[in-house]
Amino acid sequence: MKDDGSRSRGWSVPAWGVNCALVVLVAGMWPLDWVLVEQMDEYYLRVLILVGLNVILATSLNLINGITGQFSLGHAGFMAIGAYATGSLMKYFSPTGAGAEAALLALLIVGGLVAAVAGLLVGIPTLRLRGDYLAIATLGFGEIIYTLIVTTDRIGPFEIGSSSGLHAIPIRTSFFWAYAGAIVCVASIWRLSYSAKGLAFRAVREDEIAAAAMGIDTTYYKVLAFVIGAFFAGVAGGLYATYDGNLAPESFRFTKSIELVVMVVLGGSGSITGVVVAAAVLTYLPEQLRFFAEWRMVIYSLALILMMLLRPEGLLGGRELLRWRRVAAATTVGGDAVQSGR
Amino acid sequence: MKWITWMVLAVGVWGLVGGCKDKGQRGSSSEILIGEFASMTGATATFGQSSHEGLMLAVEQVNEKGGVLGKKVKVISEDNRSDANEAVTAVQKLISRDRVVAVIGEVASKRSLAGGGVCQQYKIPMLSPASTNPTVTQVGDYIFRICFTDDFQGGVCAKFAEKRGWKKVAIFTDVANDYSKGLTAGFKDGYQGTIVADESFREGDNDFKAQLTKIKATGPDAVFLPGYYTDVVKVVKQARQLELNVPFFGGDGWDSPTTLAAGAVMDGCFYTDHYSPDDPRPAVREFIAAYQKKYARTPDAMAILGYDAGMVMMDAIKRAGKSEPAAIRDALAATKGFPGASGTITIDEKRNARKPAFVLELKGGKTHIADTIEPG
Amino acid sequence: MDYLTQQLINGLSIGATYALIALGYTMVYGVLRLINFAHGEVYMMGAVVAYWIAIGIAPWGWPVWGALAVIFGGAMGACAVLGFAIEFFAYRPLRNKPRLVVLITAIGVSLLLQNLAQTRYVFGPTPEAFPAVIEAKTVVRWTMGGPDNVVTVSNLDLLSLGLSLGLMGVLAWVVLRTRQGLALRAVSYRFDTSSLMGINTNRTISFTFMLGSALAAVAGVVDAIRYDVRPLMGLMPGLKAFVAAVLGGIGSIPGAFVGGLVIGLIETLVKGYLSSAYSDAVAFVVLIVILLVRPSGILGRYEAEKL
Repeated sequence: MKDDGSRSRGWSVPAWGVNCALVVLVAGMWPLDWVLVEQMDEYYLRVLILVGLNVILATSLNLINGITGQFSLGHAGFMAIGAYATGSLMKYFSPTGAGAEAALLALLIVGGLVAAVAGLLVGIPTLRLRGDYLAIATLGFGEIIYTLIVTTDRIGPFEIGSSSGLHAIPIRTSFFWAYAGAIVCVASIWRLSYSAKGLAFRAVREDEIAAAAMGIDTTYYKVLAFVIGAFFAGVAGGLYATYDGNLAPESFRFTKSIELVVMVVLGGSGSITGVVVAAAVLTYLPEQLRFFAEWRMVIYSLALILMMLLRPEGLLGGRELLRWRRVAAATTVGGDAVQSGR
Repeated sequence: MKWITWMVLAVGVWGLVGGCKDKGQRGSSSEILIGEFASMTGATATFGQSSHEGLMLAVEQVNEKGGVLGKKVKVISEDNRSDANEAVTAVQKLISRDRVVAVIGEVASKRSLAGGGVCQQYKIPMLSPASTNPTVTQVGDYIFRICFTDDFQGGVCAKFAEKRGWKKVAIFTDVANDYSKGLTAGFKDGYQGTIVADESFREGDNDFKAQLTKIKATGPDAVFLPGYYTDVVKVVKQARQLELNVPFFGGDGWDSPTTLAAGAVMDGCFYTDHYSPDDPRPAVREFIAAYQKKYARTPDAMAILGYDAGMVMMDAIKRAGKSEPAAIRDALAATKGFPGASGTITIDEKRNARKPAFVLELKGGKTHIADTIEPG
Repeated sequence: MDYLTQQLINGLSIGATYALIALGYTMVYGVLRLINFAHGEVYMMGAVVAYWIAIGIAPWGWPVWGALAVIFGGAMGACAVLGFAIEFFAYRPLRNKPRLVVLITAIGVSLLLQNLAQTRYVFGPTPEAFPAVIEAKTVVRWTMGGPDNVVTVSNLDLLSLGLSLGLMGVLAWVVLRTRQGLALRAVSYRFDTSSLMGINTNRTISFTFMLGSALAAVAGVVDAIRYDVRPLMGLMPGLKAFVAAVLGGIGSIPGAFVGGLVIGLIETLVKGYLSSAYSDAVAFVVLIVILLVRPSGILGRYEAEKL
């Protein structure tokens, strides 16, 4: 684990050690899964799993929005593509028995790859667009995806379900799969972000022109961010499809994208741990607010505005959770730092 | 900044401690707990709130008369923000945290399918007030409904169109809405004449003139408009502006004070419904009077179905003799000739409600019965 | 021919309200470089306020013109205050913060207004038809070709187009001929420099928000009268109006107007000649194409990237 380019802190763990630790961590989810299913209330377990899925989504969006400083408002579109790809294939093949878990893994990756291709297609316009324009273009992309899903009954032999939604997908995702996915996603993006490539991503965020002048292929990094972000969003979508067994097109609209952007900004754009914490808090909070019934969303949006007014840099403001004293290299946290009026 | 770490840890610990499995006996509390999941906010909040109001009225009336089995009935309502994913979470909470003995919901079929999966898994009976897609009750033997199914109602519309001698019909479907698409599919199956135009819109659209101009150019005898009341009046108004002066007809989604309040512009249009607001049956009259007293509004179709769902459910609990999910399920399945406000309800072997459909004609902001079609 | 003419009239009629909303987007973007996401909700609140006013004055039985004047005036005034409040409380404290933060705040304001409008204390979730202040009737009707090939223009189409054109004229006068308009142009040209030149930028920004919000309110009332009032009505028109503003060249006032009409026409023609299922997606396809081919829009000026 390298830090973000400044000098290292005296001790460091070799790469193989980190890899082993990760494998152990993922493997540890297996018995934990079993314990939780036995002991934990199903509702809380569900919330916990949804936290895991939102962690994947928010962390992958953080790569695009927080670390690379692009502004995507269409992340739910990538999630939808992954969810429908995995869900539809899963329903078609309905794998059972011993091979089912392997099939799930394979189909999750397929879902991720399909989403990644979409990420590539969306990434290409980013060559031309930045800031607010990009935000609206990606938002438009999300709406286009929604429209396509809502009007498509099936693609060849694979069911999409149009506006009725896709139902009766075999349910395979458990706590283990959700958290294995979350760990792999967070670890990959952490290591990418604090590597030499990560510096390039951050350079694009800080000043695209200066970065290009320093010889960074900004186009490549912007598209790369989109492709990787879309891949993990697609995987999260696939996990979601095989967790609930039901997909409805409305779940992947604008509102979901906004929810994810809020997680990233609240966590402190660019801070991976911050975004993970924000994803957890913002999944858990609305559940606790159920008491307020129809005022729930009013309170949520008020909280959002107040949060932005009082702490615009987010919870952690670009820093990482376990590294309090070191302020990250970024001086202008929160991406595009153009002030009002140029 | 350390406080954030502590806060996060505290919230986490709180969540885990609160999250242990509750293994208490279901239905042993001093009240009978019924869960409800509804779209109280979001895109279809209007339907969720209507059915919620109907349900609350039913429970209030039953509790005033002493409740069921000597206990008061308590409804725990959860909002699902008009989202299927949230619907599953809400139902999960109702079943495993609140330990309800039965669930009522949802209006939209896709959310009933999502929530129904959970109910079936835990063997908790679920009664949907208004989900019309045939697949909803196929989820399993614990899922019931008290409304028509799409294919039945679409077929009724087709029969009616033929009785009227409409040879060329244009269809105008809400593509983002499975109810509307279901009705269209049912209509196409049953209709023998020519379908001259098959146009679509999306719920929440405001301007339909482009499609209506297109429909007008094909010269239909009538237009089949299986939408919700939130769109229907706007469509017909704009059609009349374009001098598309043929009858429009649709399903029970039309039933609402909004449609009646539109007045003369809706003259000569027809819709199928569970009941007629002018129905002299005491169940209907009492419901409308009580609803107006409580909410100072005229009920729409969702309100009456929400009310009946509550009444049928509480009747089933009474007949079951105990508030246990399996017993309630059996009693629900045995519902026969229940005098609901939305018609006489009999649950068939596929757990769907059988009741006759009325075809109502609109005239001057009033309806009168044009036809009655019995379930085949 | 009658078919095409009718579709063109339909398209212009919708486009006129998009244009009114787009003007607000483009002016705010001009001075603040901010996408005011809450603008669509201001449009919705305009409709809601108009609805309550119309209900309130209904018993007095005023003549149509009086009632319309009160309804439009009231909604414009209320929305101007709302626009001022949004800017003052939500955006002004963040004036020197990254734009992303302001954008999130704007989204928050938009969610807040939507959800407030869904509660029964403000409006409630059920769409309501507007009280019958003015009845839709055909004012122009001519036949092309055969007797069945009728083309109609309703009074509401004329109201929508007329108000839109008229207000565009008023706006042009305000922006080009008044001192406040001069300040607006100066701020949108160079924010910091105009401040050095003694222009009260905060006041100018407030003025811009109030102006834009009042225009959105007019669009809201027109749509409320011809369609209905609903808490989520601002979502799609808001987005489409933004597309219109970008299409016309964001920051350009005539551009927003032209963009609005063009979006209305494209949408209608796609519904009329291609498939109606995809019409919402079409607006966004147009947006993406425009951004790729000519990011400065139809009438926008190209701004060179400054280092």
